[in-house]
Amino acid sequence: MIELRDVSVKLGSNRVIGSLSASVESGEWVGLLGPNGAGKTTLIRAIAGLVSYEGSIAVEGRSIVESSRREVAKLIALVPQKPETPPELTVAEYVLLGRTPHIAYLATESRDDRLAAERAIARLGLQKFVERPLGSLSGGELQRAVLARALAQEAPVLLLDEPTSALDLGRQQQALELVDELRGDAQLTVVSAMHDVSLAGQYADRLLLLDAGDVVAEGAAVDVLSEELISQLYGASVRVVRENGSVYVLPKRR
Amino acid sequence: MTEVRARGVPGGWGVAMLVVLAAALLVGLAVGPVSTGIWPIASSALAHVGLGHSRLSATDSAIVWQLRAPRVALAALVGGMLAIAGSAYQGAFRNPLVDPYLLGAAAGAGLGATLAITESVSGGLLPVAAFIGASVAVFGAYVLGRSVGGSRSTGTLILAGVTITAFMTAIQTFVQQQHSDTLQEVYSFLLGGFSSATWHDVWISAPYIGVSSVVILLHRRVLDVLSLGDEEAASLGIDVRRTRLIIVVAATIGTAAAVSVSGLIGFVGIIVPHTVRLLISTSYRAIVPLALVLGGAFVVLTDILARTIMSPAELPIGVVTAFFGAPFFAVVLRTTRRIG
Repeated sequence: MIELRDVSVKLGSNRVIGSLSASVESGEWVGLLGPNGAGKTTLIRAIAGLVSYEGSIAVEGRSIVESSRREVAKLIALVPQKPETPPELTVAEYVLLGRTPHIAYLATESRDDRLAAERAIARLGLQKFVERPLGSLSGGELQRAVLARALAQEAPVLLLDEPTSALDLGRQQQALELVDELRGDAQLTVVSAMHDVSLAGQYADRLLLLDAGDVVAEGAAVDVLSEELISQLYGASVRVVRENGSVYVLPKRR
Repeated sequence: MTEVRARGVPGGWGVAMLVVLAAALLVGLAVGPVSTGIWPIASSALAHVGLGHSRLSATDSAIVWQLRAPRVALAALVGGMLAIAGSAYQGAFRNPLVDPYLLGAAAGAGLGATLAITESVSGGLLPVAAFIGASVAVFGAYVLGRSVGGSRSTGTLILAGVTITAFMTAIQTFVQQQHSDTLQEVYSFLLGGFSSATWHDVWISAPYIGVSSVVILLHRRVLDVLSLGDEEAASLGIDVRRTRLIIVVAATIGTAAAVSVSGLIGFVGIIVPHTVRLLISTSYRAIVPLALVLGGAFVVLTDILARTIMSPAELPIGVVTAFFGAPFFAVVLRTTRRIG
C-alpha cells in the first residue's frame, strides 16, 4: 500500500509535481500516464526516495523520508527506464546484486541470498542464461534479467519506469503479462509509468493521468480514457474504441 | 540449473598471482651486485621463522636483509597500494581512466616534499611532509568539488582534482625554481624510486597501506553495486555519497602513504587493474584482490629492472614501469576483446 499526501517536488526552481495526493492499494497495479514532462518519472523517483519532496509518502505504513536507504530498498524495487547493465556481469551476478538490501554492508551473499536469486531466475525462465554475460543477451532477455533482479529484492512494491520502451510489440505484451503474473504470485503492488496508453489501459487496474505535475484524471481505463482527454493531454488525434470491456486507443491522422 | 553465484577470484588465477608475487620477492632479494643465489636466501628466510639453519654468510645476510629486503618489501607495499587504490577510484567514480593521483595526491605530495627539501627539514620528515601535502590536496579537492557540484556529480570532483593539481604544481615549480641548488634532490623524489628504502620506511607506511587495503577489499562487492550507477545503487539500499567518501578516503590515505616513501610512480594504478579486467574478470570482487597482489609483483619486478639495467647506476622506476608496462598493456589490449 502506497499513500501520497500533498506531495510536491521541485527540481531546481521548477515545480515538477504540485501537491499530489493518491493511494495505491496492496496488490493493485496503477499505471501512470501523461505526456513527456508530465512528472511520471519524477513521481516514481519520489516514491523510491531518490528525489527530495514536500508532503508525505508512506509505503506499507512507513514514511520514506524517515527510513534508511536500506529499509526503503527492502520495501521498494525499482526498474528504471534505462537500467545500467554492465555487459560483463553474468546474469547470476546481476540478479544477486538485487539482494543488496538484505546483505550486511561489507558482507557477501549468504546461501539464502543465492536461493532467492535462484528463485527469481527460475521464475523468469532464465535458467539457461545464468552464466551468460549481460552483453550477450537480446533486448527481451535483458528485460527479464532486470525484472529478475527486481524480484530477487523481495520487496512488496515494484516501481516500473517505462518498462517496455525498448521492446518490440510482442515483447512488450510478454513483459507486461509477466509483470501481471509476478504481481499475482508474489502479491506485489505495482506502479508503472507508461507511454502506450492502450497497453496501460489493458494491464493496469487503475490509471493516474498526469499533466504538468497534477492529476487530471484517475480511475479505471474504461472510465477515464476518452478522445477529448487524450487530445487535450497529449495533443494527439486518436480514436478510442471500446470492446468487451477493454479500451483501445488508436492514433489517427488528422 | 547452474549454481547461482558470483565468480569472485578464479582459484587458478589467485594461486598464479601469489606465485608470481612470491617469485618476484625472491628474485628481488637475490639480484644485485653481490651474488648470493636463491636457495641460500630461501634457507635464510626459513631460518628466520625457525626452520633449519641459514646457509648465508653474515655479510651476505646483512646485504640481503638490511639492504635488499626493505627495498623489495617497500616496492611490494607501494605497488599493491597504488594498484588497489586505482581499482577503488575507478569503481567509486565509474571511470576507467582515473588513477590514484586523480584528486591531487601526487601534486600535493610533490609540494610537501619540495618544501621539506628546500627548507632543509630533517630527512626523516620528508615522508611526513609528502603525506601532509597529499592529504591537504585531496581534502581541498573534495571540499571544492562538494561546494560546487554537490554530491551527485563525480565530474565536478574530478575537475576539482585537476584544479588543485594545477595549483599545487604551480606552487611546487615556483618553490623549486627559487632553490635551484636542491633541484636534483627534488627531481629525484618526483621521479620516484626505492634506492634509499629502509625498514623504517616500511614500518611507517605499512599501517596506512594495510588499513586502507583492508577497507577497499571489504568494499569489493559494494563496488560492483556502484557499477550500476548512483541511482540504482541507491535504490538497492546503498548510501552512495557516504560509501564513495569512505572508499575515496581509504584509497587516498593509502596512496599518500605510498607516495611519501616512494615518490611518484605513475601508470601502476591504471595498468594493473585494467590488466586484471582484461585477462580475468570485470567484477570488483576479482579486480580488487588481484590488483593488490599483481601490483605488488609488478613494482617489485620493475624495481629489479630499474636497478640492474644500468648497474651500478639506477634508472628512475617510473621510466621502467612505462617502458615495459606500456608495450605489455598494448599487447593485452590487442589480444582481448573485453573493454572495462
